[in-house]
Amino acid sequence: MWYWLHRFSSPAYFYRFAGKAIPWLAAITGLLLLAGLYGGLVLAPADYQQGDSYRIIFIHVPSAWMSLFIYMVMATAGGIGLIWHIKLAEVIAASSAPIGASFTFIALATGSLWGKPMWGTWWVWDARLTSELILLFLYFGVIALQSAGEDKRTASRASAILALVGVINIPIIHFSVEWWNTLHQGATVSKMDAPSIHTSMLVPLLIMAVACKFYYATSLLMRARAELLDREHNSHWIRDALKNHE
Amino acid sequence: MRYFSLSKAFMAILSRDLLLALRRRSEVVNPLLFFVIVVTLFPLAISPSQAVLQTLAPGIIWVAALLSTLLSLERMFRSDFEDGSLEQLLLSPCPPTVVVLAKVLAHWLVSGLPLLLIAPLLGVFLALPTAAIPTLLFTLALGTPVLSLVGAIGVALTVGLRRGGALLSLLVLPLYLPVLIFAANAVAASADGLAVTGQLYFLGGLLLLSCSLAPLAAAAALKISIH
Amino acid sequence: MNNLAEFFHMGGYALYVWSAYGLATVVLGYNILAPLWRLRGLQRRLALRHAKNNGATP
Repeated sequence: MWYWLHRFSSPAYFYRFAGKAIPWLAAITGLLLLAGLYGGLVLAPADYQQGDSYRIIFIHVPSAWMSLFIYMVMATAGGIGLIWHIKLAEVIAASSAPIGASFTFIALATGSLWGKPMWGTWWVWDARLTSELILLFLYFGVIALQSAGEDKRTASRASAILALVGVINIPIIHFSVEWWNTLHQGATVSKMDAPSIHTSMLVPLLIMAVACKFYYATSLLMRARAELLDREHNSHWIRDALKNHE
Repeated sequence: MRYFSLSKAFMAILSRDLLLALRRRSEVVNPLLFFVIVVTLFPLAISPSQAVLQTLAPGIIWVAALLSTLLSLERMFRSDFEDGSLEQLLLSPCPPTVVVLAKVLAHWLVSGLPLLLIAPLLGVFLALPTAAIPTLLFTLALGTPVLSLVGAIGVALTVGLRRGGALLSLLVLPLYLPVLIFAANAVAASADGLAVTGQLYFLGGLLLLSCSLAPLAAAAALKISIH
Repeated sequence: MNNLAEFFHMGGYALYVWSAYGLATVVLGYNILAPLWRLRGLQRRLALRHAKNNGATP
């Protein structure tokens, strides 16, 4: 087990392994996306209250889940890189940030597109949308810190600390925003949660959620490969990797 | 190994920082003036009507306090980093968390405490009911140390970068939100004659939490920035 | 045919539903293409450099 972990975390091995895994992951992502979208957009019936507009849920909710999940992965990888000085963990953390920010952005934008027909405005200071917006700011901070330093490893380590501080803060921020929201909006029922989710809607939703996980894995490995190549461009394994590539 | 006293080291760093702040008075006064000027902008920009100002007052004062803290944050480590004394401090036998705590306390004494002293005046400017002024002072007393502590992490992370200023606000402001929400709300609630103990407890909790964790994070960040 | 038109109509919410999915496609697509381009560019550049180095030291 330790041997395997050690071998896996060596950049050269990872680079080759990821290169082989990416097509498979991409294929699974594609299939799951097709199944989830077909189930969500075609098979699932229209909602009796919201009509067809609720179909945004199949992209909105998985994105919101991913936004938090990726932040946790990023912070964990950053922490591992910080403690054990594992280069690969730093690369994983650095590559996760833009993907997480993208999902957060999608969750916000689709939430807004859903809010327009439901609430009549593009933006409501709903607790979840607000928390998501702040999460986007946290991602921006990590990305900005990552690209600020001249030395990539120092920048990685600094942004890992920021991500860990963010992890401690996310529950506090979430709680504060929830509290603030109940105070100011009184009994507004959040229309984001479908009152009783039917199986025909739940199944595509879960398929989409899994599809997003696989998508993340695909995109993450692609980014990590590019990042590794960039950071390690002077080491000898790169030469072998490039030779094999030709 | 020589005998080494933590409290002596703490006091030495604290008094050194306070002395330095006393020598560079403009750096201390400018954020305070900024605080006052920002607050006076609002009646001019929105309306001088007492009713309007009264509802906005807690938010305005707190946002202005946040921004003026941000202005003074860089001072915490920047000049020591540039002249190399920060590196010396970290190489000394004194644990880095103690260095951070002493510097944070010094920062709060020269930037947070003056805000506290001048805030009642601003409350009067913005037609805040007299009953809410003690709450405003309580929230500032509990909240501004949190701003200094959390800000220390941000400064420690950006001190090695050439253009750290704008980045610092991007890193730190989202982390300030819980303080802003609870503090501004407590002031508003007490202006309406409601109980505010819950909010104050929460702010106290934030203070304890940041007191115990922020120095660790800031010390780790400083070590990374200095390398 | 009617079915297909109905599908694209989305019960009157076509604008919102399709722009949500379109936007997601653009963002997610970019996250696949950007690393691909970056990797290609890096591979080309590094291969060139290695070839040059090998030429200089026979």
